This record gives sequence, structure tokens and C-alpha cells, in this order.
Amino acid sequence: MTADATRVAIRHDGDIVEARQKGRELAQQIGFTGSDLTLIATAISEIARNIVVYAGHGNIDLSITEKNGKRGLLVVARDEGPGIPDIERAMRDGYSTGNSLGLGLPGSRRLMDDFEIDSAVGRGTTVIMRKWKA
Amino acid sequence: MAIPILKQGDVLIASLQAAPTDQDLIQLKDELAERIGHFRSRIVAIDVSALDVMDSFATRTLRSIAHATKLRGANTVIVGIQPDVAFAMVQLGLTLDGIETALDLDEGLALMRAQPDGGASGDR
Repeated sequence: MTADATRVAIRHDGDIVEARQKGRELAQQIGFTGSDLTLIATAISEIARNIVVYAGHGNIDLSITEKNGKRGLLVVARDEGPGIPDIERAMRDGYSTGNSLGLGLPGSRRLMDDFEIDSAVGRGTTVIMRKWKA
Repeated sequence: MAIPILKQGDVLIASLQAAPTDQDLIQLKDELAERIGHFRSRIVAIDVSALDVMDSFATRTLRSIAHATKLRGANTVIVGIQPDVAFAMVQLGLTLDGIETALDLDEGLALMRAQPDGGASGDR
């Protein structure tokens, strides 16, 4: 992989810290500053923790993306865990099956510009998030 | 990487370093609960100024530390939440309702000392 794309394997809670630091570094490379870096790192932290808590392990791919001349950070979180039976419910604030605050998914959607989630019971979950440089 | 806890009189001060893992935070929770009893501390100050991210896990753990220390007869103040971090917490939907916060350690300790009982009870 080149310097503008990186993969972080998520296996335990220490990897959450690594994922958000790598995300912050790449976002900085794109030109994000200050509060945007914090929003991005926080969203990555939430999504990475979801992998640890619900799926046990997975990957987070970070890369630079472009659309209509704008640059942004692309975050793809993938696991092969149990999947989410009711995505609509999981996207609601305060809903959690994992003894958490239930803000991970809906909160991350608020922190990023684009947020897509795809999940199949027994096959795993993929979350795709983007933040565009203004 | 254990989080250092300093004792000064009846105050315990925990200084979080740049990127604590979930395990570090859980360990802090256990150690603070134990040391409050050991040192008969009345005030716990947790300095988070070095943190560049306060996600839902960190917030939940700090919240439960504050609630547990209250049950042990001490009060907790969280100090030094950075502006960008505060903004991200709001966006994420995180609150520290009912928990004292202050700009820095000096202000946090002054706030706790100013309470009628010197910080032993947060209900005012």
C-alpha cells in the first residue's frame, strides 16, 4: 500500500488507539486541521470499538478519496462478526446491545459527512465514512 | 501504560497521558476506587488536557469513576477538556451531566474547595 492508504487490523482495544492516530495522520496529510481532525479521530475510535466489542476483529482501511475536485478521507471498517439484525434501530441514539452508551453509530454519522452501513446477520458489517475537505 | 495517580493532602490527581487504551481507563477506575479508601481522599481530580479524543468509552468510564467515587464519599472534577474535544463530544451526543468540570487543575481544585463541605458532597 502507498503512503496515502493504510490498513489497521483491529483485534483488541489498543488497536483502536492506533486506528484513530493513523486516521488523524492521513487527514492531516489531506489538509484537515484542528477540530476536523478531532471529529475524524473520534468517529474512527467509535467505529473501531464497535468491531472489538461486537465482532472481535476486523480491519479499518484509511485512504484519500476525491470527488468533484474535492479531497477527503475515506474510512472503511469491515468485520465478519455476527452482523446487525436491525440497522435502523442500531442507528438510533441510545440503542445498544453491548453495554455502551449506544452513540457509536449514530454519533459517528454526525461527526462525518457521508456514512453508509451494510450489515448481514452471520456475515458481518461494513461501515463506510467520508469527510470532505471544505 | 498505567495512568499515574498523585496524592496531595486529601486530593488524588490522575493525569491521563496522550492515548490511554480502554484497559488503562478501566485500571484507573479500579485504582482510584481503592486509593480513595486507602488515603481517605475527599477530592479526585482527573486531568484530561493531554487527550485529543474523548470517545463514548472514555466518557462513560469517567462518568462511572465520578459516580463510584461519590458513593465512596469523595467528589470528582474533570479538568482540561480541550476545545476541539468538547466540540466533538457535543456532536457525538456525549454529556458529563452532574459531573463537575473545570478549565484546569487550579480551577478544578478551587471549585471543589469552595463547596460548603470542602468537596465531600457534590449536591448543592
